[in-house]
Amino acid sequence: MTAALEIRNLFKHFAGLTATDNVSLTLKTGQIHALIGPNGAGKSTLINQLAGTLPPDSGQIFLEGQDITLRHPAERVLLGLGRTFQVTNLLGEFTVRENLGIAVQARCGRTLRILDRISGVRTIWDETDATLAGTALEARAGTVVDDLSHGERKQLELLVALVGKPKVLLLDEPMAGLGHAESQDMIQALEKLRGQVTILLVEHDMEAVFALADEISVLVYGSLLMTGTADEVSSSKEVREAYLGSEDSPC
Amino acid sequence: MPRKLLPLLLIVALACLPFVADWLDQRALQSLVARIMIYAIAAASLNLILGFGGMVSFGHAAFFGLGNYAVGILYFHFADSTSLFGFIPGTDNFLITFPAAILVAGLFALLIGLLALRTEGVQFIMITLAFAQMIFAFFVSLNGYGGDDGLIIRKANTLFGMSLRNKTTIYYVILAVAVGYFFWLHRVKGSSFGNILAGIRQNEKRMVALGINPFRYKLFAFVLAGMGAGAAGALMAVFLRFASPDTLAWTKSGEFMIMVILGGVGSFVGPIWGAATFLVLHDYLASWTEHWQLFMGLLLLFVVLRTKGGIAGAIESFRARFK
Repeated sequence: MTAALEIRNLFKHFAGLTATDNVSLTLKTGQIHALIGPNGAGKSTLINQLAGTLPPDSGQIFLEGQDITLRHPAERVLLGLGRTFQVTNLLGEFTVRENLGIAVQARCGRTLRILDRISGVRTIWDETDATLAGTALEARAGTVVDDLSHGERKQLELLVALVGKPKVLLLDEPMAGLGHAESQDMIQALEKLRGQVTILLVEHDMEAVFALADEISVLVYGSLLMTGTADEVSSSKEVREAYLGSEDSPC
Repeated sequence: MPRKLLPLLLIVALACLPFVADWLDQRALQSLVARIMIYAIAAASLNLILGFGGMVSFGHAAFFGLGNYAVGILYFHFADSTSLFGFIPGTDNFLITFPAAILVAGLFALLIGLLALRTEGVQFIMITLAFAQMIFAFFVSLNGYGGDDGLIIRKANTLFGMSLRNKTTIYYVILAVAVGYFFWLHRVKGSSFGNILAGIRQNEKRMVALGINPFRYKLFAFVLAGMGAGAAGALMAVFLRFASPDTLAWTKSGEFMIMVILGGVGSFVGPIWGAATFLVLHDYLASWTEHWQLFMGLLLLFVVLRTKGGIAGAIESFRARFK
């Protein structure tokens, strides 16, 4: 069986710094794979190369066996690679419902007609309302995103990403800035996705990582230190050193 | 309910205007309103990219002027009984010149957009201005078509055998085009494409994450906007019976922008308010003092600093207060 997402020998250099140093990684279909590492380890750089907003210097990225290394970010989304952002990225003047509606619209490819009425396209709004039904955001459907709380925006970002029916979902710190209760809700929401969507989870919240991840990869100074289960990673001496620093560490 | 009747009332009022102006012996009024309608189309087409799409183009006069010259050049060859590029015969038939002007403006918008839309922000403003100035310089030095002096379209155009030299006939043609254009624009705003464009204006990064490549949609909007300005330029050529390099000048792009800002960026009716205010002030202030631009500048300052969303925004907040 082909892997959901495969990264082969990825390199990215910035002036004087190797941000991605020969990273190879395979995401098994249906699994939640966590990517952890100290600040500056190159997690965001890696995510941006996967999403296509940053071109790698060398190496390849395969989505379900298809080489997507040179594809435009928007094309990757249509091929089934969804993402959420560390700092929420939504349409601020649109309501919750409109944000979801435009995501359905984009997925259906109904985007170039100039003489129809978008508000009258039943299929789009039926799916939007079905997506909202039963979620915590249902009561906020008519609220403009700029008026939502941080936690609600995080929830909405996840919903918007799921509307695109991704095969692989890149989650860039979905817990960042969430309170304890909100984090628990998010963990539950992600738990429900296990088996349906392959997830690459970049996260600092270790509680969430250990609760969710089938496999964990540790990134340090741009290269992969190890990949293993939660137990293997938490008992690894090297990982502890990378996080806490060894004696002769400069900082 | 009265809000829905408002456009209808406006159309009826505009349709009655020639009779009222005649009765009041104010023939200048009819000509002023005709110009307001033409400029409203041009400003609204700029608003499609500036207001709905978030692209600040400072070269919109290029398309207005190209539409203007398309009519002028076709008439020139018609009057001369020669042909353009040796194979396109001239014509004074409005049913041909008008679509031709829209097509030419749209083609140039496609070419300019393909290059300019690779930039953003200040660079985009500058590159659109640069392209417009190139076209301006080209026509000014084109002595075969009047160069600096422009082209006189002595007998205007014909439509169904009627001469559009008649001021009342051309007034109704302009009214029909304006009504059609604003109806079309309203449809575009509420369409699938309009929704995507609104998304791109708010957050391009989000739209990319939805699988939308913003470039294609911005280019489409840019071409539609160019075609609108081309239509306005064609009407202006027939109305004034003159194709002028002034229609290509960067000051004309500035005027369109001032109209959009005065009226309210992104507001559907804003450009109508903006064009009307600008032209009325221009005409009346200019007859009163040659320093009319000083007062225009003060008004613009006031609108930008004191209203949220131009005249249309001010009316909106006024309505909200007295609800």
